[in-house]
Amino acid sequence: MSNLRKTPLLEIHKSLGARIVPFAGWEMPVQYSGVMDEHKAVREAAGLFDVSHMGEIEVKGEGALDFVQLITTNDASKLSSGEAQYSLICYPDGGIVDDTLVYKISDDKYMLCVNASNVSKDLNWIREQLKSGMDAEVRDLSDSYALLALQGPKASDILDLLTGGCASKIKTFSFGFITLFGENAMVSRTGYTGEDGFEIFIAPEKAAELWRALMEKGEQFGIKPIGLGARDTLRLEMKYTLYGNDIDAHTTPLDANLGWVVKFEKNNFIGKDVLCRQKEEGTKKKLISLAVEGRGIPRPGYEICKEGKKVGRVTSGTMSPSLGIGIAMAYLEPDICEPGTTVDIMIRDKAVMAKVVRAPFYKKTK
Amino acid sequence: MEFPAECKYTKEHEWVRVEGDMAEIGITDYAQDSLGDIVFLELPETGTEIKREDSFGVVESVKAVSDLYAPISGTIEETNEPLADTPELINEHPYSDGWIIKIKMNNPSELDTLLDAKAYEAYIKEIA
Repeated sequence: MSNLRKTPLLEIHKSLGARIVPFAGWEMPVQYSGVMDEHKAVREAAGLFDVSHMGEIEVKGEGALDFVQLITTNDASKLSSGEAQYSLICYPDGGIVDDTLVYKISDDKYMLCVNASNVSKDLNWIREQLKSGMDAEVRDLSDSYALLALQGPKASDILDLLTGGCASKIKTFSFGFITLFGENAMVSRTGYTGEDGFEIFIAPEKAAELWRALMEKGEQFGIKPIGLGARDTLRLEMKYTLYGNDIDAHTTPLDANLGWVVKFEKNNFIGKDVLCRQKEEGTKKKLISLAVEGRGIPRPGYEICKEGKKVGRVTSGTMSPSLGIGIAMAYLEPDICEPGTTVDIMIRDKAVMAKVVRAPFYKKTK
Repeated sequence: MEFPAECKYTKEHEWVRVEGDMAEIGITDYAQDSLGDIVFLELPETGTEIKREDSFGVVESVKAVSDLYAPISGTIEETNEPLADTPELINEHPYSDGWIIKIKMNNPSELDTLLDAKAYEAYIKEIA
């Protein structure tokens, strides 16, 4: 694993007994105590994730907003300073370059948090769109930040202990700057689990200190370190898409049921023409959720059939730790996308019945 | 990590425990640990003939699918029914309650090709 990049927390993960795997060019922890146990901790108490592999791209200058509006599909003009939104970066043909969180830091400064596997592709793409006279500067800040995610119903109690009660005052999809261990950390109330929680951008030198402090403050609440395995099962139960599995350059936001982050009423953005047409004409495929009725676990790539005819493939699939059944996402033709429709997932040459269901798979019971 | 002395092992991480002409088969402590939380098993019906080194079933953890290989040839006499609802028994007790199938051997001399506990333990150290 010598060519792989290391987060500042790698030694801590190893000391906690994590299994380390290569992921998107990084050495990352895939599990500590076990996917089921970690998943449950996040749903019921709190979990701490090292997601320092994620990329951060800054857009700065008088023209920052106009440029962000051009390269993303959501309406960044709706953001006040200190607010974030989920958005997509598209190609002119409507295919997806990446999905991202757009943070408005100030009128002339925005930050995009992007997938680790896409950082250099995104940077190249974004820089190509930057034309003279736009008055925006694009910087890769990925090496300037470690990123810790603290997720779960106890997350705000834990972070409050460390921030003198500041954390719980941050609203969902908002962020603030809090001094932690002498460094200005950006604390955002966002996540990828379906639970309340925070994502904390901090200088890499302070990441270990922050990790230890959160584990210590969280102990009484049952905090656990969480690997990429549970990160995947948690997001899948919410039907949050994963770039490379469920969305990519060959899928559009409308195919992926992400039309809610495409704001056609705003001025020109890359992909708008094609997406407008697609909206009028309708999509040829739709990303739907499947719940397995019988026994079996759907995995990415498994074929889906309807009345013996191939109709699609699983893009993401797993055993749902919360529900105890197999769950999956897949693209199907619109006429078989209605909730309640049944299809067959081919698991090792056997047809296993699955039903189209409404997202998310997992709903919080208060 | 456990390597019970009375068992024989394969490099595919199955174990065999012999009683007369019957052999109990499961996956090793190393295998269950590598797989992580086991959540699903697919096994053949009793009465099925299995051949040494052939895949006879599948064990799945949350994130991975893994084939089960027959360490020796024979006829399946019994499968571990409780595993259908509690596959985690394999994680908890890989060499006892987590056994997977019992077969009637049709060529016990195949046992000689398997590793003993010491050899298997050495093999694990080598690949770890």
